[in-house]
Amino acid sequence: MEDKQRKTVLHKVFQFYYEGFKRMRLGRTLWAIILIKLFIMFAILRVFFFPNFLKKNFDSDKERSEYVIEQLTTPKK
Amino acid sequence: MEQMDLSLVDWSRAQFALTAMYHWIFVPLTLGLAFLIAIMETFYVKTGDEFWKKTTKFWMTLFGINFAIGVATGIILEFEFGTNWSNYSWFVGDIFGAPLAIEGIMAFFMESTFIAIMFFGWNKVSKKAHLAASWLTAIGANLSALWILVANAWMQYPTGMRFNPDTARNEMENFWDVLFSPVAINKFLHTVTSGYVTAAVFVLGVSSWYLLKKRETLLAKRSIVIASVFGLLSSLFLVMTGDSSAKQVAEKQPMKLAAMEGLYDGTTNAGLVALGVLNPQKEAGDKRPAFLFKVEIPSALSILSFGSSSAYVPGINDILKGGYMYTNTDGKSEIAKPTAARISDGKKAIAAFGSYQTAAKAGNRTEASQHLGVLNDNFKSFGYGYLTHPKDIIPNVPLTFYSFHIMVTLGFFFIALFVASLFFAFNDMLTKHRWFLWISLLSIPLVYLAGQTGWIVAEVGRQPWVIQDIMPSVAAVSRIDTSSVMVTFMLFVLIFTMLLIAEIGIMLKQIKKGPEGEH
Repeated sequence: MEDKQRKTVLHKVFQFYYEGFKRMRLGRTLWAIILIKLFIMFAILRVFFFPNFLKKNFDSDKERSEYVIEQLTTPKK
Repeated sequence: MEQMDLSLVDWSRAQFALTAMYHWIFVPLTLGLAFLIAIMETFYVKTGDEFWKKTTKFWMTLFGINFAIGVATGIILEFEFGTNWSNYSWFVGDIFGAPLAIEGIMAFFMESTFIAIMFFGWNKVSKKAHLAASWLTAIGANLSALWILVANAWMQYPTGMRFNPDTARNEMENFWDVLFSPVAINKFLHTVTSGYVTAAVFVLGVSSWYLLKKRETLLAKRSIVIASVFGLLSSLFLVMTGDSSAKQVAEKQPMKLAAMEGLYDGTTNAGLVALGVLNPQKEAGDKRPAFLFKVEIPSALSILSFGSSSAYVPGINDILKGGYMYTNTDGKSEIAKPTAARISDGKKAIAAFGSYQTAAKAGNRTEASQHLGVLNDNFKSFGYGYLTHPKDIIPNVPLTFYSFHIMVTLGFFFIALFVASLFFAFNDMLTKHRWFLWISLLSIPLVYLAGQTGWIVAEVGRQPWVIQDIMPSVAAVSRIDTSSVMVTFMLFVLIFTMLLIAEIGIMLKQIKKGPEGEH
């Protein structure tokens, strides 16, 4: 019984979003812009241009902290 | 670190500034327009008049365009923290982690859920439930802003943390000190209120365009009244929080205040520059006049900064030389140290930090404890140790000065604009004064200029610090190729320009279509 009720609620929520997206007109253009933007951000910029410097170059927090300590305490030549 | 390629720091700063300024094109309108929409919908629910529903839906569509183009542009800033500012990110990780995590969760759940009800929920949920979703979207958007502004305020006035010398991280000691720091509260109120003024001017300007075109007259007139009342109240509050901000800057960031006012030599009864042209030849320490021309309000700077005309306001030269009395962050009066002495203290702190590491690794506890004592004693000047010359603590004075004066002038101009629009609206004179409608329309770019210059004052004015007195930008930046930062900078210029053209294009098209256009 509870399971059935939960399914009905989930179905209603799904229908709410489904109908909302289906009826969109200007919203479709906006969603297209959002998705293209998110793709550029996460699939291109994040992957190819913005790796996390410390995560990429060091395996553990200990190594990361040692690197930063060295950076902060040793003048570079 | 002292030999760091300065162009890397400059490009990294330029890239961060570009991203932050682009992000701030969208945020203020979202923050304010959400409330204006909620107010208009409240009229609809209270009166049942379909006119208000149509008006609400029209402004909601413009809100949706702005939200869609602007959403997630702030995420790029987080990418930049990890790539370009890794030393800084590590150094502040714990302090930034909590507010940013809360911001992310709140933004996702509150805004996404309630925005969906706002746009999809007409005729599907009850009027009151829809209205609640609209108000919660507005509140949620503003609360999201709270967390990022708390993080920014901490950088301006670090508090509630303890530096862990074993990990080189600042750890949060008291979450509430960070959240309720006076700088954080004021920064939040001042910043979100500036967003309300932005939205009010936007609604006023767009509505004025309709009146100029003799279209949508009722929608335009009523929107102007709501926007002007909202804008006027917000502007008055903005003046109050601006005044509190200036007092905090005077106390906690005196160099920023000196740059904001182009004040090189401190004085009691310091005047506030109402209008002025800086002398471009002026350098700290020389005898040249600071201004080619200025109009001053006598004693106003002393009064506004410290509440008394006899209060001494230190100038750039005084801060470099030290020797004047000031109230420190613990509320005690003390003599300001010369910047050269603070650089020396900072270098002691850095050396002690390094020696502590060596002693701790060797297991020499006594020696480690001694070095730790020196580090703690001088930690307040830690960041100064990365500077080479006292003049390094002077920010870009012309940029800070002119930005501050543009922001303040526009702030008062908007008050006059809202008062005038209410006067014309209540006397049914709006359509008779086309010049005023043109001024209102042309004020839209001006309100964005005011917001951007406000952030320039806040951020350029506190250079060289990324964390006030603790870390300068030269120590915060990652050691990566300058060319890679230049490439991504150019890439962002291209992407941001395209997105901005898309936003303005879609927005203008929708405004031309008017409330009967598609949603």
